Amino acid sequence: MTTETLIGQEVKRVEDHALITGRGQYVDDLRLPGLLHLALVRSPYGHAKINRIDVSAAANADGVVSVFTGADLAEQLGSLPAGWLLDEETAGMKAPEHPPLAFEKVRYVGDAVAAVVANSPAAASDAVALVEVDYEPLDAVTDAEKATADGAPIVHDDAPGNLAFDWSVGAGDYEAAAAEADVVVSERIINQRLIPNPMEARGIMADYNGGTDQLTIWTSTQIPHLVRLLFSLVTGHPEHKVRVVAPDVGGGFGCKLYLYAEEVICGIVAKQLERPVKWIESRTENYVATTHGRDHIADAEICGTSDGIVTGLKVHVYANLGGYLSTFAPAIPTILFGLMLGGCYKFENLSCTVKGVFTNTTPVDAYRGAGRPEATYVVERMMERYAHEIGRDVLGVRRRNFVRPFKRGHDMPIGVTYDSGNYQGALAAALDKFDYQAFRAEQRAARREGKLLGVGFSTYIEICGMAPSAVAGALGAGAGLWESSTVRVHPTGTVTVFTGTSPHGQGHETTLAQITSSRLGIPMENVEVVHGDTERHQFGTGTFGSRSLAVGGEALMMSLDKVIDKAKQIAAHEMGVDSKQVSFENGTFYVEDIQEREIPWGDVALGAYWAKNLPDGLEPGLEAVSFFDPQNFTWPFGTHVAVIEIDEMTGETKLARYVAIDDVGNVINPMIVDGMVHGGIAQGVGQALQECAVYSDDGQLMTGSMMDYAVPTAEDFPNFETGRTVTPTTVNSLGAKGAGETGTIAASPAVVNAAVDALKHLGVTHLNMPLSAEKMWRTIQDAKEARRARRSAAARRGN
Amino acid sequence: MTTGVTDPFAYHAPTTVREASQALLRYRGDAKVLAGGHSLIPMMKLRIASPQAIVDLRNVEGLKGITANDDGSITIGSMTTYYELITSDVINSNASSIAEAASQVADTQVRNWGTIGGSLAHADPAGDLPAVAVALGFEIHAASARSQRTIASDRFFRGYLETALRPNEILTGVTVPAQGAGSGDAYVKLANKASHYAIVGVAASLTIDDGGICTSARIGITGAGPHAVRSRRAERILVGKELNESVVNRAAQRGGAEIAGLFNDDVHASAEYREAMTQVYTARAVNAAAERAMN
Ligand SMILES: Cc1cc2nc3c(=O)[nH]c(=O)nc-3n(C[C@H](O)[C@H](O)[C@H](O)COP(=O)(O)OP(=O)(O)OC[C@H]3O[C@@H](n4cnc5c(N)ncnc54)[C@H](O)[C@@H]3O)c2cc1C
Repeated sequence: MTTETLIGQEVKRVEDHALITGRGQYVDDLRLPGLLHLALVRSPYGHAKINRIDVSAAANADGVVSVFTGADLAEQLGSLPAGWLLDEETAGMKAPEHPPLAFEKVRYVGDAVAAVVANSPAAASDAVALVEVDYEPLDAVTDAEKATADGAPIVHDDAPGNLAFDWSVGAGDYEAAAAEADVVVSERIINQRLIPNPMEARGIMADYNGGTDQLTIWTSTQIPHLVRLLFSLVTGHPEHKVRVVAPDVGGGFGCKLYLYAEEVICGIVAKQLERPVKWIESRTENYVATTHGRDHIADAEICGTSDGIVTGLKVHVYANLGGYLSTFAPAIPTILFGLMLGGCYKFENLSCTVKGVFTNTTPVDAYRGAGRPEATYVVERMMERYAHEIGRDVLGVRRRNFVRPFKRGHDMPIGVTYDSGNYQGALAAALDKFDYQAFRAEQRAARREGKLLGVGFSTYIEICGMAPSAVAGALGAGAGLWESSTVRVHPTGTVTVFTGTSPHGQGHETTLAQITSSRLGIPMENVEVVHGDTERHQFGTGTFGSRSLAVGGEALMMSLDKVIDKAKQIAAHEMGVDSKQVSFENGTFYVEDIQEREIPWGDVALGAYWAKNLPDGLEPGLEAVSFFDPQNFTWPFGTHVAVIEIDEMTGETKLARYVAIDDVGNVINPMIVDGMVHGGIAQGVGQALQECAVYSDDGQLMTGSMMDYAVPTAEDFPNFETGRTVTPTTVNSLGAKGAGETGTIAASPAVVNAAVDALKHLGVTHLNMPLSAEKMWRTIQDAKEARRARRSAAARRGN
Repeated sequence: MTTGVTDPFAYHAPTTVREASQALLRYRGDAKVLAGGHSLIPMMKLRIASPQAIVDLRNVEGLKGITANDDGSITIGSMTTYYELITSDVINSNASSIAEAASQVADTQVRNWGTIGGSLAHADPAGDLPAVAVALGFEIHAASARSQRTIASDRFFRGYLETALRPNEILTGVTVPAQGAGSGDAYVKLANKASHYAIVGVAASLTIDDGGICTSARIGITGAGPHAVRSRRAERILVGKELNESVVNRAAQRGGAEIAGLFNDDVHASAEYREAMTQVYTARAVNAAAERAMN
């Protein structure tokens, strides 16, 4: 079988057989002898002082082994770190203490205050109800803008005004551009808070061996090595005596990208008791104890000429960070937001300020797209807002402002360099699938029949392939963001790939095996991809920010090259030629023009270990380790088109059609990319139409379960019409840009633009997400009312 | 903050209604009947409900099944699941709004477990079947260890999660009266996007004579107020008239007039919106039922 062709093939995912036949091993499937179960007592208040905690009744309850409070373990648990700190001088960065078990004060509903350990999950749960906490409720604040107002309740004493940071970035001179512009349009754009909802909530099991001082933590995470590093830094337990394993992980979307309180608590409790403990998060807990996403209040202003040239954009954001700084929280609304505000457009004047604000809510951090959906939403919404204002077509205006196609780098005014792009090309490809003129005619005809149709576009760009470590470090990252691989060739020629990426649904076991199989010319079944275990493979960064192929894939390519290089030396020696003369293709080493000199891959692998005929000075074995640190990010882009249908009587808003053209560079497995695009669109449309986490003023999460928080389901969507253009990146040799987040980033502005388009004739210029039926109904009612009033005023004037 | 584990409870699985009722009596109101469990168990896991004991009806004889009676009425056992209702020929050809409502309940898993008796006895203000029960005039059968009685559906729902059932009574089944020639029924709902419960759900059952005149009308409304109600004021406008657009719209404007001042107001929908949607959906339900009645 020739395997060269596997790159670009729709190979079925190798990970699925085990998962769909019930053989997956998630944390909750793991068992150890003598296992104890841990449950957490969590704050029912948004903000309260803890006067006293009485654990005696719980400690004496049946089946309970031990109860710990934050005060008991303050020393051992330490304080959870923020792994990305903005500049203290320029941004006034504040990173208050974050005890894993709160002991002076609770800062959000769900903040943990005590841990109960018992013989069964039921006994632990029952005992949670017996822990008596004497809370003294304090005034709470949940809205980021209100939290910065004078006299607002203070979440952390060492963060006056509740400001974690006040960050800014810019290019050119926005104010001057606005002063000269024909048109200036402003809008308050709210990007509501979302709950990530991975299929598997979090779960942790920890086991400690007092004899060796070895601590093992199994956790549902996207970053096992960073969890180990941060755990060690926080608790002082030596890094080399900690093993972190991410077994099968049922989705993450960013919310498993941190060191969590529970990871520290379980590790320390296991160590204290010298017994294995397990904590499994209930969905109810997940809604308050696992990070949320988005939650921006943005005041945006766009300026330009009256004939469609945009000259500047200004954005001021209140970014709600919740009660504490989660691991990457400061980076999301700043670096990943502000640096994206240029979109794929030429305008040179940009001003962005972001206030990161503490509130009495669940901490906010990355959620699929992380900063980029918020930025894209502002940019794409404001582009259409501006086009409407000057009475021009939304596509014409975009085309006038697009950056020209480029293959090898384009410097943006904000200071970043896009790798490669062809924004016109993606738009043209979308219009091949979507007949814009025909739609406009259909829309007019539908309106005459009382049906409201609208179309919206999103010509988005994103920043992926996290990340050049030096750049990220200069911007505040507390860790390198390179990726690693080991390729271990076994004597029989089969291969184990150890990747530092940590897939949790993305299909790396398939994609990386496709690459390996294609490069080495061996069948995919002869390649095993290992990940998610700090004991089994070299240090790795993990999976987030659409980085795994663009960075981790390249690290794999490097190790494959090294292995092939060495194998060529062995083959050359065997054939009695210089290794430069040896070619390698389809699993065979050969010398051009000398037909009879051919050695198959397997023989060379065996030779490397048998070592009876190696070149002088060459070490036996066939294995290579590589660390790839990219020189730049990658910048995928595309055009998404949404068609929205609104029931005028009820406001019910339905996605009628969705066309997505993405350019993620070269594609290894189109089926896997399509899968990610589909899921991403579902989440982006979910945000646009129905998802919204709501807090009451005193800090209660009003949408605390799936009965109240509207996760979309398959029946909410039409078939997605997907397609691709291919503009390879130059940042890695695969030419791959990253495809995990396109849909989430592109979809919400496309859908909202479509809804605004549908109501434009009623004078509607903006709608805030989610586009719930009631909101749409009210908008239509109000707009009609206003139109009636205008007409009768005009009639009166006419009289 | 719950961890998804119930409080401890005792479990009984009797085989007769009499034993079941006696078991309820023994716990003096602190025991709960278990049918499909899709309302009760979530509440227990959230520890909103912590009964001392569960009396599971799964082994009780005679509570399952759908029977077409000679007089055109249909008897449905309380333990009949949504799935059985949706796939029943008897239901689909005689009282299709029951299947229509059942098929809009939640998702497949819930429909495979949830029962008609549980839905009615639970009386969730946003449950689907209560609206249909009111519109089709279900006779609801209740039994205790000592006695049996039948309750009219428009007297059955009393308040938020509150019915005319007595603490030791078991809902054994319902009779759907014969709908007769020229009748049609329909259920339409504006679903909550998260739970799929009704923000507003309206069931209508109409009879239209050969001359196109509406001779009887019953309208049941759910989701809008504290419990499912019959909208007699809307019905009155329909009866005796030809159902043209203006008549239907006039009736729709009285749809839910009985709930005035009591419309639910929560994160999912304001009272004002629910009131407006009750009217829109009343018109839609009447139009759909009328179309079926005339075919
Ligand atoms: C995710 C989800 C979504 C849902 N969405 C909807 C929806 O869209 N529309 C909708 O209508 N419903 C919905 N439901 C509720 C579902 O329909 C329930 O199944 C139904 O309300 C209760 O029926 P059950 O058989 O499950 O009753 P159980 O949960 O077993 O019992 C409910 C209550 O009724 C009592 N009870 C049950 N049977 C009897 C009896 N024979 N005699 C006396 N008392 C009895 C019980 O003691 C208990 O108090 C949803 C439920 C879930 C979990």
